[in-house]
Amino acid sequence: MTVSALAPALCRDCLEAFDAACAPSRCPTCGSGRVVWHAELRDLAIAHVDCDSFYASIEKRDRPELRDQPILIGGTDPRSVVATACYLARQYGCRSAMPMYKARELCPQAVIVRPDHGKYRRVSADIHRILHSVTSLIEPLALDEAYLDLSHREDIPEALADIAQRVEQEVGISLSVGLSYNKFLAKTASDLQKPRGFSVIGRAEAVAFLAPRPVRAIHGVGPAMERRLQGDGFTTIGDLQQVSEMELKTRYGAHGGWLWRIARGQDDRSVTPERESKSISAETTFQQDLSRPADLLAALAPLAERVERSLRRHQMAAAGVVLKLKSRDFKLRSRHLRLPTPSQQAGVLLTAVRPLLEREADGTLFRLIGIGAEPLVDGALADPPDLFSCREHDGQ
Amino acid sequence: MKLTIERSVLLKSLGHVQSVVERRNTLPILSNVKLEATAEGLALNATDMDLDIIERVSAAVERPGATTAPAHTLFEIVRKLPDGAQVEIAFEPEGSQLTLRSGRSRFALSCLAVEDFPSMADGVFSNSFTVAAPDLRALIDRTKFAISTEETRYYLNGIYFHSTTSSGVNVLRAVATDGHRLARVEVGRPEGADNMPGIIVPRKTVLELRKLIEETGMGVTVSLSETKIRFAFDDVVLTSKLIDGTFPDYERVIPQDNDKLLRVGKKLFADAVDRVSAISTEKSRAIKVAISPGLLTLSASSPDAGSAVEEIEADYDSATIEIGFNSRYLMEILGQIEGDTALFAMADAASPTVIRETDDGAALYVLMPMRV
Repeated sequence: MTVSALAPALCRDCLEAFDAACAPSRCPTCGSGRVVWHAELRDLAIAHVDCDSFYASIEKRDRPELRDQPILIGGTDPRSVVATACYLARQYGCRSAMPMYKARELCPQAVIVRPDHGKYRRVSADIHRILHSVTSLIEPLALDEAYLDLSHREDIPEALADIAQRVEQEVGISLSVGLSYNKFLAKTASDLQKPRGFSVIGRAEAVAFLAPRPVRAIHGVGPAMERRLQGDGFTTIGDLQQVSEMELKTRYGAHGGWLWRIARGQDDRSVTPERESKSISAETTFQQDLSRPADLLAALAPLAERVERSLRRHQMAAAGVVLKLKSRDFKLRSRHLRLPTPSQQAGVLLTAVRPLLEREADGTLFRLIGIGAEPLVDGALADPPDLFSCREHDGQ
Repeated sequence: MKLTIERSVLLKSLGHVQSVVERRNTLPILSNVKLEATAEGLALNATDMDLDIIERVSAAVERPGATTAPAHTLFEIVRKLPDGAQVEIAFEPEGSQLTLRSGRSRFALSCLAVEDFPSMADGVFSNSFTVAAPDLRALIDRTKFAISTEETRYYLNGIYFHSTTSSGVNVLRAVATDGHRLARVEVGRPEGADNMPGIIVPRKTVLELRKLIEETGMGVTVSLSETKIRFAFDDVVLTSKLIDGTFPDYERVIPQDNDKLLRVGKKLFADAVDRVSAISTEKSRAIKVAISPGLLTLSASSPDAGSAVEEIEADYDSATIEIGFNSRYLMEILGQIEGDTALFAMADAASPTVIRETDDGAALYVLMPMRV
């Protein structure tokens, strides 16, 4: 065997780096079986980290008695959906976004835990502190996942293994890592070995790796696009690899160009730190459809307070307010209004949105209501000082 | 009803009344103008239920009568008739259409029953006085920019007029504010206005009135009822509801003890603010004003556009101060200053600043600083 056939390997437990000719089953130093080995291990710099069943892991961390039980995070109302199913519950077929009643049919013994979003945000912030100690090029996708660009570092696999270790030790939940040369493949990789995974997709195998996977695996292909692609004879990514860029562009326009490139493992989107959010909103689905303005307004009040908390946390202010209503027959109504001056106060948002709501509340039964701050401006502009500081002067 | 009227006379009057008519109306009759022909001529009447205008014009009335017709349509037709044309308007008492003839044009317009046209004339108008048109124009012109458009603060959606004394002189005072700036302007109190209560005249009324008195040389007779105000001048009577609310105690927010006094050339300052504000962000329009003895430094910065600094000479000898303002508000106030110099009285970066022309000028402005 020649030296050139050796490929880099890393023990994810003791962080020992070594070279091996084939996938090592054990770390030569500590004996751990958690070794990552790949020819391009030291040539890849885009990573995706994704917490394993985030909400469920946090609840199991905080309530050890639930550790060996299947749990479902979500509400128990007839319309609730599963936010997260733990890995035990997944063995019964429970999945996130599944209606809760269905998940309970599949796994009647599952413990249902109401989500505590405030707690999840705090845990997310803890994880981000660890990520920030490694790189500042972080693009959060959700509370529990983010892209990392590590191209400025020498010790990329070590840094990633270190993140996974520290999150387990300091935060108490596990995550999976995907490492590749672009965002699409890094995200694909992180999903390969969950939980506690560390997967690598290199340039050499990317095309062959993607070929057998369903088109649905492509970022941006939803159920409708999937049906359309299948109708046109494209079931796997490999099918897309067989045709010319021109053909896909002719069929699907600009999106066709994206499909062609992504099928070949080409994705030039950069890791963009702190994606600027355009709006901050909160919404709720009613247990029973509502039509009376007073009921709708009452439902809106706690949502406005959630928006206020979120605005303050992000140091943003609402320059306008959006009212969102979904009628019983799923028709969406969205109404926008500019505020006289930007605000962070729930009361101001509610007062502004009230006439909009009263106009829409024409007897229609609504199943969902939401309120959003949009557009957003710098929080420093919120609620400018007023000569008559008491805004609630009632004029009487 | 049948009458003949000169196109220019009718056009001018329709121009006045159609301006009161809202473009969208839930009540169809409010889209119409009431036309009433009597031996004295033609009276045109339009209303939005808050504001009502009646204008009388001379016309050759052959047969008296009254009806209502779509105001904007009628205005459009008359506007498009040739200059110098004579217009014949006719309406049969039992008919549903008004006919309008001029030259070889003939129009038939749908009418609505005159009995359904709402009247705002009721109420006892007692308190009455006459204010000189130039005084009324000044009171409106110098305060209207500060009127609030925030519907939730409806009591600020107009100009507050009241009679008071200022340095021992009896005055009629106009005040407008949106909470961020305040304008206070006064004129000598007209005879008979001593007992007028404080009233808030809505923004739309103020703006319509201002247009109508543009060329009036005579006095404007003001009458008040419990809930309404009436302005009579030339051949026009404008009646408006008053805003039913309490204007806040504005004197309380006008600082008396601001001791950091700045005297600066009005135009010099306004032009510099205009230039520097090109950089301030669209959303905040914030500019920073740093004042030290003899020197005023304006600056603005935005993450996108960059930064700007401009220095101007200023008459100032108090402690150095740094204060932020909304550049648009600052320029609007500077635009109201008569004379070459503006006087700024400041306390600190968080407290209201007072801006005047002279120590005892007729106008006083208050501007709330911004956090910068």
